[in-house]
Order: sequence, then C-alpha cells, then structure tokens
Amino acid sequence: MSSTFKESIDEAVHNSNLTGALGRFSEAYRESRAKAYEGVDFEAVRTRIAEIKGGAASHLDELAEEFKKNAESRGAKVFRASNPKQVKDYILKLAKANGVEAIVKSKSMASEEIHLNKHLEAQGIQVSETDLGEWIIQLAGQRPSHMVMPAIHLTREEVAEIFSKEVNERLSSDIPRLVKIARRELRDKFLKAGMGISGANIAVAETGTLVIVTNEGNARLVTTLPKIHVAIVGVEKLVPHISDVVPILTALPRSATGQLLTSYVTMITGPAPNTDGSLKDLHIVLMDSHRTEMAQDGKFQQALQCIRCGSCLNVCPVYRLVGGHVFGKVYMGGIGTILTAWFDALKESDEIQSLCIQCGNCKEVCPGKIDIPDLILELRRRLVKDEGQSLKEKAIFAVVNNRRVFHAMLRSASLLQKPFEKDGFIRHLPLFLSGMADFRSLPAVAEKPFRDVFPLIDQSAVVGQARAAFYAGCLIDFAYPEMGSAVVKVLNKAGIEVIFPEEQTCCGAPARYGGAYEVAAKNATDNINALLKRDVRWVVSACPTCSVALKHEFSATFESLGMHDQLPRAAELAAKVTDFSSLVRSLVDEGRLKLKPGADLGKVSYHDSCHMKRTLGVDHQPRELLQLAGYELAEMKESDMCCGMGGSYSLKMPEISAPILARKLASLEATGAPLAAMDCPGCAMQIRGGLDKQGSPIRVRHTAELIAEMVE
Amino acid sequence: MPTLFESFAARAQAVSAEVHHFSTRAEGLEFVLDLVRSLEGDRLQPSFAIWAACPFLAGLDEAALTERAPGLAFQVTRASAAAASVGISQMDLAIADTGTLVQNATAVEQRLVSTLPSVHIAILATDAIVPDLTAALGRLYAADGPDRLEPQKSEGPPPYLSFITGPSRTADIERVLTIGVHGPERLVIVCVDELGGGQ
Repeated sequence: MSSTFKESIDEAVHNSNLTGALGRFSEAYRESRAKAYEGVDFEAVRTRIAEIKGGAASHLDELAEEFKKNAESRGAKVFRASNPKQVKDYILKLAKANGVEAIVKSKSMASEEIHLNKHLEAQGIQVSETDLGEWIIQLAGQRPSHMVMPAIHLTREEVAEIFSKEVNERLSSDIPRLVKIARRELRDKFLKAGMGISGANIAVAETGTLVIVTNEGNARLVTTLPKIHVAIVGVEKLVPHISDVVPILTALPRSATGQLLTSYVTMITGPAPNTDGSLKDLHIVLMDSHRTEMAQDGKFQQALQCIRCGSCLNVCPVYRLVGGHVFGKVYMGGIGTILTAWFDALKESDEIQSLCIQCGNCKEVCPGKIDIPDLILELRRRLVKDEGQSLKEKAIFAVVNNRRVFHAMLRSASLLQKPFEKDGFIRHLPLFLSGMADFRSLPAVAEKPFRDVFPLIDQSAVVGQARAAFYAGCLIDFAYPEMGSAVVKVLNKAGIEVIFPEEQTCCGAPARYGGAYEVAAKNATDNINALLKRDVRWVVSACPTCSVALKHEFSATFESLGMHDQLPRAAELAAKVTDFSSLVRSLVDEGRLKLKPGADLGKVSYHDSCHMKRTLGVDHQPRELLQLAGYELAEMKESDMCCGMGGSYSLKMPEISAPILARKLASLEATGAPLAAMDCPGCAMQIRGGLDKQGSPIRVRHTAELIAEMVE
Repeated sequence: MPTLFESFAARAQAVSAEVHHFSTRAEGLEFVLDLVRSLEGDRLQPSFAIWAACPFLAGLDEAALTERAPGLAFQVTRASAAAASVGISQMDLAIADTGTLVQNATAVEQRLVSTLPSVHIAILATDAIVPDLTAALGRLYAADGPDRLEPQKSEGPPPYLSFITGPSRTADIERVLTIGVHGPERLVIVCVDELGGGQ
C-alpha cells in the first residue's frame, strides 16, 4: 500500500465535515430505506432483478442488436461502441458537424467513466453538468464522492463560496437561496445549449426505450430543449422486456434514496418533437468497454446486475468514514472496487480493495443480489496471484499455521510486555501486532493455550454419550481459553461429551481474506482431516468467523482452486458444523439443558457479529438464551454494525478500525448496560480492548461464558 | 380499504404535491382560475400562466377564460414557457401506490408547461388512477398477465412518456431536502370526477 494512499485515508478520517455528513446520512439511510420497502417483498424484487439482469448479461450482444433494431425503427440513431475512444470521437464529431458550442448534461456515470467532459472541453466546447451536485463538483474542479450524492462531502458554506465565484456576487450559505441561484444560472444554459447528453438507467431491447430517473427534472430539460440528444448507455443497462422496468423502478429509488419513486421518470422511445416543430436528433451510444469481457468471466458476470443505486456505499462502515475520494475511483465503495478492476485495470483496484472489511452489509442490501464481498475476495486472490504475497504476510501465515510455535511466539511477546500488563490487557505488543495497539488494549496471551487446558477438564460424567468436537480457533485457543472451557461446561451439562482434536489448526480465514487461497486450502484439508477423524454428531465453534470457514468457505476455497475431489469431505464437515448459540438454544428447547430459573441479572447489550448475523443468519438465538438466563436486553443502535475488527483488517488498517470501534463503543455506552455480550472472540477482543483503553467499566463476555454461569 | 384516490392523494401529499378533489369540471375550472388569479409573479406578462391543449378544455371559450384570469394564455412556445410562472396540463393516468402522475408527453407543449414554470397545475380524471406501475404500463401496452406486458405490436410506447411524482427536488447540498430545482417548485393536482370532455 502506498504512503499517499495511507495519507489520503488519514486525511479523510480526520475531515469532520466528510465523516459527519456521511455518518449522519448512513444512519438516516438505514431508516428511510426500511420505511420505503414497507409492504414490498425485497427478496422477491431482488431475485427478479438478478434473474432479469443476470439473463441479460449472458446475452449482451443479442440484446444490443435487438435494441438497435427497435430504436432505429422508431427513428433513433444507435451507435455500438466497443471502447471509450469510439464514444468520445462519435460525440465530438456529431457536435462539430452541427456547430454545437455548448452542451448540457444530466448525470451519466458512463460519461464520467470515459472522462467525456475533459475531451469535449479540450476541443473548445462548453459542457455544463446540470445535476446540482454534479454542477457543484464541476465548478469546484473536484470528483464526486458519492455515486448518487456527488457533493455530499461539501458544506453549505463551501458551496456558497464556489457559487459566489461563479456568479461574481457574495452569496450567503442559505440552501434554498443557493438552489435558486443554480436554477437561474443553469436555466440559461439549458435554453442556449445545442446538445443535451444524458445517461440512462434502463434500456429496453424489445421496444428500443430508454428509461431515465431523476429528482431535479434536469434530464427532462436536457432531453427536451436542445435539438440534439445523445444518450450514453453502458450495455449492462439492457433488459429484454418493458415489464422488466417494474422491479428495477421498484428497487432503484427505494435503495438509492429511500423514495418510493423519484420525482421524474422519463421513458423515451425514438425522437419526439423539438420546440421548433422539428424532430429530435436522437443518438444512443451503446458502450461496451469491458462489459462483455466481464460477462464472460464466470465469477464476475453477476457484477453486471448492478443498478447503480449506491446502497452498498450507504451501509458500508468504511465508506462512511473515508468517502468516495478514498474508497473508489469513478465508481465507489464495494461495487466501485469491482468495476474499477474491470473498467480500468485489475491493478487499479489494488489499494481500494484493501479497504473492504468483509462485514457483508452491502451483500444484504444489494438489489442486484451481487455478492460484493465475495467478488472483492476474488479480486484479492487474483491480485495475489499476479503480484505475489508480501514477505511479511507470508511470514505471518507460516507462523499462524504452526500452532505451538504461534502460541509460544505470542506468549513470549506478551511476557516481554509483562510490566505493562493490567487486568488482563497488554498496552503494546511487538512484532506484526504492534500496529494495532494504539487504540485498543490487547489481551494477555494465555499462559496455557486451550489445547493444554482441555485435557484437565473432567468429563467422566458424560463419557460415552452424544459426542461433539470443539473447534477452538486461534483466539479461544491462545487468548481466551476460558471461553472454550465455558463451551465444554455447557455442553457437558446437556449430556454431551466434548472432544478436542489436537491436529486442528487455523481456519484459514486470514489467508483467504488476504488472497492466499493455497494456504487457506491447506488449512481446510488439515482441519477436515482432524475434525472428521472420530465420529461426532456436531462440530461446535464459538467463533462465527471459524464457523463460516468450516461451514461455507472450505468448499468455496476448493471450488476457486478447482480442487473438486475435496468437496465431498468439505460437505460432510459442513453438515456437522454449528455455532455455539444455535446448538444451545435448541438443546434448551429439547429440554436437554436447563437454565437456573428466576434470576434477575440486570441489563445486557448484545452485539451482532458480522459473520454471525449475516453469513450464519443467527441473531435471535443468543438473545433468547440471555433472556432465559435472566438478563434484560438493552439493544444498542446499529447492533449489527461491524466493530472494526475484521481479523487482520485491524492490523492493516488501524486508522479505519479505530473510528469504527469508537462508534460501536458510543452505541454500547448509550444503552447504560454494564455488560456487553457477543458470540465472537474477535469482536470481544476489539470491544474489550477499546473499553479498557477508555477506562470504561463495561464488561465484555462471550455468550457461552454468561450461559455457563447459569446452567443447572 | 382506502379508495384508489385516497391512496394516491396520501402518497402524492407525502412527497409535497398538493391534491384537490372536485366532482364536476365546472368546480375544477373555478379552482384553477382562482389559483391562477391568486399566484404571485409578473401578472402583467401576457403568458403569466400557460395552458397546454387537453380534453379538459374541450368546448370551453379560451378567450373568456383569459378574461376571467388575465395572463392566462393557450399558446405554448419555448419563449412563453420560459417566461411563464404557471403551467397547466392534463395527465393521462396516475399511480396510487406511489402518488405518481403519468402523461404521454410527446407533444412538446406538454413538456414545456410541466418543466419550465415554477408552478405546475396537473388536471387528472379521478377514474384514471390505477393501483401500481404494472397497471399503468398495462394501460399503455396490451397486457396478457400481471407480470408480462407485451408492447403493442402496432405502435409500441409513445416517444416521450413522463412519470411525475411530486415537485422537483434535490438534497445535494448537505442532504437538506429542497423543493424546486430545475422543474416546478409547486405541483398542484386537481382531481375531477366528471370530466365531461372525457380523458
């Protein structure tokens, strides 16, 4: 990662205008989006969109030809361009041939993608963006920081300053007044322009129809007042049927801005009359520019299902901290990372892909049903394949895989810091862990790893009964063996014998998230062999990241590497894997486990870990267990928002991890609960460390520990 | 169950449109003329308010209307629309579940009156309200099922189809919702049960 990139991150997280605006927006967005989708079956809508756009992506060429034929039969001129240069040349030639001196544009990401304005301006043509946000950005000489709200990073004072320069008068920062100025200034440009350029949100092949969505009404003027209209349309906007606009128009405004519908939707099918009675000179440029290549890539074709709503930005804990100037190029955030890799070059996505913390928020809200986190991992894998792993990372993976060496190393590191230790925390840790100690305290590495504690647990009462294998994972094994002991105690109380297969190793998540799939595959094979060695009914994990690895990612890694012979064993393991809380909740239901009745244990606030909630789909089970044990739930705001840990992410990106954690701590403290519960030792390390650093009295416990105290 | 009109009115008002309901064309006309007379602007300007040709006007004496509301004109041009404060037109359909007006706006006059002036008065036959977007497209295309709309083989969609949901809006400066950027800052919807002139 370059130092300029690190600097730009640092600058962004310290820009309070930016983080304030984005932070407030993302909080409000969550609610307005939910309200807009009331009464709508989001899953059904997005499944339909994925079918429509996924199907279209497999037939781009046919659809483009069908669109061309139908739009031309209605009088439009359709030009199919394979690259940006062809688009720019076509438009410039058209402008020159018609003596066009001034152009008005409504928002078009495709035109930004090819840097059209610069090209036309270099030829002496005046180009005016007319979307208010885009115009502000154009006047400021900046680049948009959000795909739907381009100027979200600027304050009203800054906008007043920018407009004052443009109109040569001293303007106040009154927003309605500033909007009126824009109306006045741009009205004149609309009336004088010789050409209007727009994008399109949907292009319908069977009718040759363009669908354009706006709120300000600028697209209606762009397509009505100038005598020439050029629409630049990426071929991924094509859909076969007119009925396909219904699900897309249902999702796009709701997901973009929480509106049921934007103020204006315009459907253009061939030229309509101009104000002088002539017919519009309508040109539609269908731009490919790497879309077909993308459609032919088995993995990335789904990225063409994007409807450009920007919801992946709005829910992203990293985007709301750093904005689109850092997290993106022309396209931003999660989807922007993917589009940048294809529309520019894979290498161009190298730095921005590293910003993804893999929390899965974007996947949950994407109306195109795109698995954005998974595609970013795939980029990472391809980057590592192309560029190789850094030596430092290689060294980390090598150590992580040797359990006793890893523990000894962590342990000796923690011992060296002994004088600084206080209440189980270390202030600083040397070696590769040093970067993360500034904003949170680290756990003391346990004297004995769980693997050495386990044999001392007396299970004589349950030997020979139903058997479960416990998969500890790094954190429980080395830092929090007490969580492991709690799991064994609870399961024993339910009459289950627990075994601990010694050969178990790292779940491979760090390697996989770092793009080192070969390392992850080796981890997967070793763990499968270890955990399936003896016959067990369940494989229990108390770490959601490990559970996800065991249940889903082993097979995904094998598939990515073409190791199909390993898949049956991976499936056999996956079928046995369960997270602690889901298993225990069902044991209580079945009457196999009893909790002490009548306890009043006070308030607890539950933090939903990313993988627990979104990949495993578990959220109510731990809450119910805590309530059954006698706790009163005090829900925190955004309980399912990432805590900033993200495994090794907090090592690589401490400057982002720290402010994400700060938000989480503030939400937690606002509940007034003296206790926080969670199902992930990684989240516990992050949140406990943050609270310790602040000197907060709030205690952090794994659900297993709290339940273990209350089993009969 | 609310009626289609009630649903439509609630949704439209929720996005800052004003909705008025009359049973007869005469009542609707009186309301429009009153509104034009009450609006601020350059009232001496001969095209203070411009009214695009529509079924609602069928059989009405335009000169007499201008006498009753000075500044009201029926010639819609680029110049008159750019100067006008008020635009008046009739919509073809409306969508209840989003509060949306739908119009075949192929005739440029229809677009001029609803884009350039700062007030747009939209006349709508109450029975032209349909439940949702699928139904609206179904009225525009022959439908053979709720999820599958076939474009009419003979014609296809009109060249310029407009969907209008509330007045022009932006939130581009500090996310503060501001009404009236490039289009109308007021959208006044006049629903009439008996349009007389048909729809």
